Amino acid sequence: MGDIFKVAIIGSGPAGLSAAARAAALGLSHVLLEKTDHLSDTIYKYQKGKHVMATPSNLVLRSDIDFEAGKRETILGIWDEQIGGHKVNVKYHAEAKAIRGTGEAIAGSVQQIVTRARDGTKNVTELQRHAPPYAIELTSGEVVMAENVVLAIGTQGNPNLMRCPGADLPHVQYQLDDPTEYVDEHIVIVGTGDAGIENARGLAEDPAQRNTVSILNRGTEFPTAKAANVSALMADHEAGKLTVRNESETKSIEPGWITLTTRDGEIRIPCDRIIARIGSAPPRAFVEGCGIAFTSEDRGAFPRLSPVFESTAPGIFVIGALAGYPLIKHCMNQGHDVIEFINGNTALKPADEPIIAAKFAKLPGNRSTAEWLEFLRANVSILNGMNPLQMREFMLDSEAKFYAPGEVIFERNAPGSSLFGIASGSVAVEVNPADPSITIPIEAGSIFGEVGLISGRRRGATIRAAEETIVVEISRLAALKLQSQVPSAKAAIQRISIERQLLQMFGSGLTREDVAPLVEAARVEEKRAGEVVVTEGADDKDIFIIRRGSMIVEKQVGEKLVFLSYLPAGSYFGEMAVIDGSARTATVKAAIKSEVIRLPGEGFLALLDKRPALRERAMKDMAGRRATNAFIESRKDEFSGAVDLYSQTAQFLVDNGIGEATDVLLIDEKLCIGCDNCEKACADSHDGLSRLDREAGKTYAHLHVPTSCRHCEHPHCMADCPPNAIKRGPDGEVFIDETCIGCGNCQRNCPYGVIRMDAKPPKKPSLLQWMLFGKGPGPGEASYSWRKKAAEKEGPPKAKQAIKCDMCSGIDGGPACVRACPTGAAIRVSPDKFLTFAKLTEDIE
Amino acid sequence: MASQAKTGGTGRFSQDERRRDSDHVSFLKHKGFRWLWIALAISGASIAGYLLIDQEPRPNGGTWYGYTLGTIGFGLILWLSLLGVRKRRINPGAWSLKAWTSAHVYLGLALAVVGTLHTGFQIGWNVHTLAYVLMLLVIITGIYGVIVYATLPASLSANRKEMTRAQMLDALTAIDRQLESAAQPLARAEADLVIAALGQDVFYGGALARLTGSYPGCKTARALRGMGGATEAEARVTALLEKRREQLAQIRGALRIRALLEIWLFIHIPLTIALIAALTAHVISVFYYW
Repeated sequence: MGDIFKVAIIGSGPAGLSAAARAAALGLSHVLLEKTDHLSDTIYKYQKGKHVMATPSNLVLRSDIDFEAGKRETILGIWDEQIGGHKVNVKYHAEAKAIRGTGEAIAGSVQQIVTRARDGTKNVTELQRHAPPYAIELTSGEVVMAENVVLAIGTQGNPNLMRCPGADLPHVQYQLDDPTEYVDEHIVIVGTGDAGIENARGLAEDPAQRNTVSILNRGTEFPTAKAANVSALMADHEAGKLTVRNESETKSIEPGWITLTTRDGEIRIPCDRIIARIGSAPPRAFVEGCGIAFTSEDRGAFPRLSPVFESTAPGIFVIGALAGYPLIKHCMNQGHDVIEFINGNTALKPADEPIIAAKFAKLPGNRSTAEWLEFLRANVSILNGMNPLQMREFMLDSEAKFYAPGEVIFERNAPGSSLFGIASGSVAVEVNPADPSITIPIEAGSIFGEVGLISGRRRGATIRAAEETIVVEISRLAALKLQSQVPSAKAAIQRISIERQLLQMFGSGLTREDVAPLVEAARVEEKRAGEVVVTEGADDKDIFIIRRGSMIVEKQVGEKLVFLSYLPAGSYFGEMAVIDGSARTATVKAAIKSEVIRLPGEGFLALLDKRPALRERAMKDMAGRRATNAFIESRKDEFSGAVDLYSQTAQFLVDNGIGEATDVLLIDEKLCIGCDNCEKACADSHDGLSRLDREAGKTYAHLHVPTSCRHCEHPHCMADCPPNAIKRGPDGEVFIDETCIGCGNCQRNCPYGVIRMDAKPPKKPSLLQWMLFGKGPGPGEASYSWRKKAAEKEGPPKAKQAIKCDMCSGIDGGPACVRACPTGAAIRVSPDKFLTFAKLTEDIE
Repeated sequence: MASQAKTGGTGRFSQDERRRDSDHVSFLKHKGFRWLWIALAISGASIAGYLLIDQEPRPNGGTWYGYTLGTIGFGLILWLSLLGVRKRRINPGAWSLKAWTSAHVYLGLALAVVGTLHTGFQIGWNVHTLAYVLMLLVIITGIYGVIVYATLPASLSANRKEMTRAQMLDALTAIDRQLESAAQPLARAEADLVIAALGQDVFYGGALARLTGSYPGCKTARALRGMGGATEAEARVTALLEKRREQLAQIRGALRIRALLEIWLFIHIPLTIALIAALTAHVISVFYYW
């Protein structure tokens, strides 16, 4: 046993290096323990030549060693050199096995360590914490003594594993050192974080390797990857170098093949190698053994830390990825800061302080930034699982707001996909639009707005502050990130949303206690497009609520499958079989990739028995549905042509993306004279460029779906916009604002091809000048040659930007395409209103 | 977000909801035939007035009732002609072109009644009758327009088969490329037929051909007639020429329907301008000789 160091730093990644450099610069006695023979193993193991990024770009770097975006080799070279220059005391081949306090037992400081066996049973052991100095036992048997320990070991050593059948086969790997090693292989990358994207791009980079590379994305967005990586990936996909499979998950793995569940069904593709980059988790057993408590029992949870990174074991500090912060710049700043704190500099503020302080500036209460963060974290239940560091990151994408009593937070039917958490006070939900005095309270700690976040639909009710209220508004992106980082938050949001959906389903009169057993038994299931949820004639007895996406109801009438109705998110189905015990009367299947909540029928029956009013309501709804079905069935015998037409037209529209639309342009070709006045009006209303192509697109039974924005519930274009320029406007329109950088991601992501990239043309001479003197190109979009010539006269060429329909936002009278149609052929509809028998078989002549 | 939420979507939202809820009807049926009823009321009132009011010495454009009808007719003509401006000027204003078209059609028909009564059935060889005749011609061409607008779009759509005009031409180019290589082994006479077919302008044929859809000088048809089926090459070329003929038929079909949809405008609009000129002369002369 040697001297006692002031500080021992475990792990020489960016965080550890920065800490060691700071300690060396301050002249503290220190040691940097690294388990391998080189510094920064995680970055060392990056692919050769990998470009390392420096995000977030607005964050100041505060460290004694330099870092800027560049090649892996350059960065490692600089660090090696500077660590040498700072005379950092590095001890290689030093892997810590255990850390324990050697001082007196700390009274009352006992840690409960819960280990969970595979069969679900829990085993709790207790650990008495001891005061510093700490003895760090190495795998070599050597012991290093230190007053303070900085744990900067990251999480890379403990990757998350795949769980599908076949995941234990030898061709499933969790690491890719050198992408040039593999040739002529079908390789599937699982996971679309930065690591997965970089691996995929590396393997597909050189066409001479002849690899067929696919990368699987569970959804359509990339919440955990850097924007620049995502753009590059999409560009590679576009260029045909690799395939991005959105909304795909692994179902099973066999030698040479992989089976995927996708939006359009199951597919089996050849696959010689699977590289799973689905994140990593802290090495929990080791960390807990040091006396460090975690925020929750979730596998993905992080250690509980003080604002100065101190864990529950006094003198042990946790920074970097292990603390929940994987970005290099943050790690380095934390390394610098933690040594300052240990050295007694308690006044030091984190580097992102000014950005976050500004967010709290307008709130009453005069708290410091750290106090505000703790206030939000402690009071909003879904944020409980985060540590102060994660809170800081989270706050960068969120806003804190104060509302006076009675002030409206959002209004019914306003679009919005952000989530709100109530930190103090309470809000009142106006459940009855006809009578605003009927409200339901939501108390402090809870959340609201989750329906907009999950379903992508408009706000269901107006919400006002009931008293002085402080809320945190979590942007859609931050909410997605929160759910992927903090599993307990995801579960809480899910539980609350199910509960609310149940309460809303049958109007007021139900209490949370009433639905509690149902919420407990509810399961959320994903359904891919076309997947059947309920089969006609089956005798299963569950009830479903559509949480996201939409469903179509079909019935076998005679030989044919007849379309009965379209169910948007928020609707429920399956109640008939439960209430009257009959077999399923119709088939329900997903129109697009959807999520349903499955509720057991018995639980629902029990609720009906308890609440007669609810039974009455359900019977009424059911009678309405019965009548619709009966009507269509009776029509079938009399006018089978009309029913066929209705059924097939509805199916055609669903196939063309109307199921996920909120407002879509259709053209009735029984009326369209082909004058293109819609396109001309569009161009004249929007900077001289048309945002719709009337002629292109599919047609069925004279109903034409032109190339024009559908304003999807979950817009595909929004998935990956580097400047976040695509937003949903106040009237539900999805629009692109002026911050567009012209990268073209949205154009590539739109499955309907409605986004064009073009430069704004110069202004045309007025209509009068054209009519009287023939000046300029006349109404509508000017020809390319006119635009080019006029633009050249104006000066240097303007950059191309993405342009798409904004539903004529801000223009009196609404969409110009519809207003400018002389015959009434152009209509804009929403699926829930249009996919009905009456509308589709309307006699328009 | 919250600022958006506060302003809410309620104003425009309810307007949008009305639009999404509204029935999907043609310009003829617009708002339950609103303008048809208005036109019938105007016509009915004019006829009733004509029959009931004792005009001295006889019904004539120069009586007070005649002036009233003349003023109404003059106002209608000017307003009806403004559709051409309205159609090209989308903003500002929350108007709908469908409503304007509907009003244009029915009020234009009512104009025939108002104008005729204004003449007092006094027809002669003068500028007044010229204006009246021009007005009737404009209305008659307009009636043709309404009929084709109501009947032809469905066949335009059926002919299109989900192809855009550009795609139709692209398809033809693709067939031509195949034809060119397939025709290489042909004998001189047959090869010349193919070359002639390929060399002919897609849009050959004048206005008459376009309107009737009859192209007697079509070299593709001629090549098909002259092509034997003896050799394998000839059989292939024949098949390709048939494809070409079908593609041409689609393009010509589209041209024909569009020509039928548009031809009347070439009469309707110049006649309207002539009408306004004659009307001006009519009004000035009436006041001059008063």
